[in-house]
Amino acid sequence: MASKVIQAFYNDDDVLMHAVKKVKAAKHHIEEVYCPFPVHGLDKAMGLEPTRIAITSFIYGCIGLTVAVVMMNFIMIEDWPQDIGGKPSFSYIENMPAFVPVMFELTVFFAAHLMVITFYMRSRLWPFKEAENPDPRTTDDHFVMEIEVHDNEAELRNLLSGTGAVEINISEKNLH
Amino acid sequence: MGAIILMVVGALGIGLGFLAAPSNIAEAKEIVASHGDGHGDAHGDAATHAVAHDDHATANNHGGDHKEAHDTSHDTHLLHQLQNKPWAALYVAAFFFFMISLGVLAFYAIQRAAQAGWSPLLFRVMEGITSYIVPGGIIVFVILALSVAHMNHLFVWMDADVVAHDHLLQGKKGYLNPIFFLIRAAIFLAGWIGYREYSRKLSLAQDESSDNANFKLNFRISAAFLVFYLISESIMSWDWIMSVDPHWFSTLFGWYIFASMFVSGITVIAMVTIYLKSKGHLQDVNDSHIHDLAKFMFGISIFWTYLWFSQFMLIWYANIPEEVTYYITRIEDYNLPFFGMVAMNFLFPVLLLMNSDYKRLNWFVVMAGVVILAGHYMDIFNAIMPSTVGDQWFIGIPEISAVLFFAGLFVFWIFRALSKAPLQPKRNPFIEESKHFHY
Repeated sequence: MASKVIQAFYNDDDVLMHAVKKVKAAKHHIEEVYCPFPVHGLDKAMGLEPTRIAITSFIYGCIGLTVAVVMMNFIMIEDWPQDIGGKPSFSYIENMPAFVPVMFELTVFFAAHLMVITFYMRSRLWPFKEAENPDPRTTDDHFVMEIEVHDNEAELRNLLSGTGAVEINISEKNLH
Repeated sequence: MGAIILMVVGALGIGLGFLAAPSNIAEAKEIVASHGDGHGDAHGDAATHAVAHDDHATANNHGGDHKEAHDTSHDTHLLHQLQNKPWAALYVAAFFFFMISLGVLAFYAIQRAAQAGWSPLLFRVMEGITSYIVPGGIIVFVILALSVAHMNHLFVWMDADVVAHDHLLQGKKGYLNPIFFLIRAAIFLAGWIGYREYSRKLSLAQDESSDNANFKLNFRISAAFLVFYLISESIMSWDWIMSVDPHWFSTLFGWYIFASMFVSGITVIAMVTIYLKSKGHLQDVNDSHIHDLAKFMFGISIFWTYLWFSQFMLIWYANIPEEVTYYITRIEDYNLPFFGMVAMNFLFPVLLLMNSDYKRLNWFVVMAGVVILAGHYMDIFNAIMPSTVGDQWFIGIPEISAVLFFAGLFVFWIFRALSKAPLQPKRNPFIEESKHFHY
């Protein structure tokens, strides 16, 4: 579905923050803000829900720990027990200290990698994806606030020009 | 400026301490006396008892090399262990509270050297806690000097008879000798106390001055102090803790003790800050400051566990007799405190403080802090007791009253220091940033 959006350009993150607060105070829904770098507190100002990635990270860590335990138990105890340094591999729990580094590393490995993959998928990022940012300047030194227009173009234009925007455009956009 | 409230708390603490102190020494002496007599009589009169104590003797000597002559040697050994008990209890508690203020001093110096923007609001709290380094350091030094004077047997290598029969200790004599030991202790204490007093003076002078010269000088001496601290803290941990078991050594022991003092110190900063805030002081300290301190508590707890496990795993895997005795004593005779401390210092803070929102709940941080502090007391207990009292350990009246006494002194001293200066630095260049700190 194609829709009309208004894009306000800013060249300072503090100005952007004030603009976002002002637009929210005027009860408009901000579609998206494109930034060249993360802006502290922007998510709260935009009224976004808190991230749930920490919960997924905890779950992935638990999966990694389980994988490590099962894997080391199969490799070192069941499949091919060896006598290393006078410590024969008869039971997992007796040799557990030797497996702790593996358990730790796989916990971190699973948590980190799966969390990044989750983040990419949640943000709809994948290889060869066409860039979503409306203007290449948002990767350099400009911030763009994007608001959907519902026959209130003049009102929005007024509001945004009063917030210190350096440029205001209207464009057609395919929304996902 | 609310000094009255602080003084009441301090008086309460010292009152507890004074109540605890007489019971500590008197009771302790009584226990030692009755135990010493009891064992002596039992061994002299009844042969059955001597047989029953056979197990003890082997356990104490680990290897039973004294087995032939054990009737007499075991008695004296046991007597020495029991005589050590009140001293060790006193020493563990004295060192534990001293270590808290030393850990805070390191944290403070890091904040100064890093020119951290978030923490200047907490500087007066840290300076208050580090004030205890003066009485605490002197008390620890006096205990060490009494050990050198053979008032107790905490450090077995100070006994010339023992050294004469011990080839390994003869080899270490150049380093482990009482005079050099006391000289080192004096140098370290002088360095730590000197930095603390000087930095505090500059910090107070900065409030009144018209430029940032005091602040800059404080930055430079803090960086220099950290170099001194890293070396001296490591050697201090060998001297004051590792040498109670002079045959055993671990190369990461300094870091291990450092982690313990660092996390205890940060925990106390958080607890004192929350207390002062609840009394209406430190208005500008917000939840983000508490959150940051709780993040440090969480992180350094994991760091401590990392070092604890690194030390354990290498010794466990290599299985060299002179190294593994350390863990065999602790796992056989100290099973509950040894593994209980890992639960308190690792599992507990990790599970409780993992959630970001919990780190902002003040009461939650305090509860986690209580467990962390108890856990690190157990850590020092586990480091000192096995080599000084063997399997005769118990957390009874001497241990608890020693903790209460030093806790009272600690609280009294730091709140007295806190009440002496305004709790908020006026002219620290980063004070505005600290006020608006938002993670």
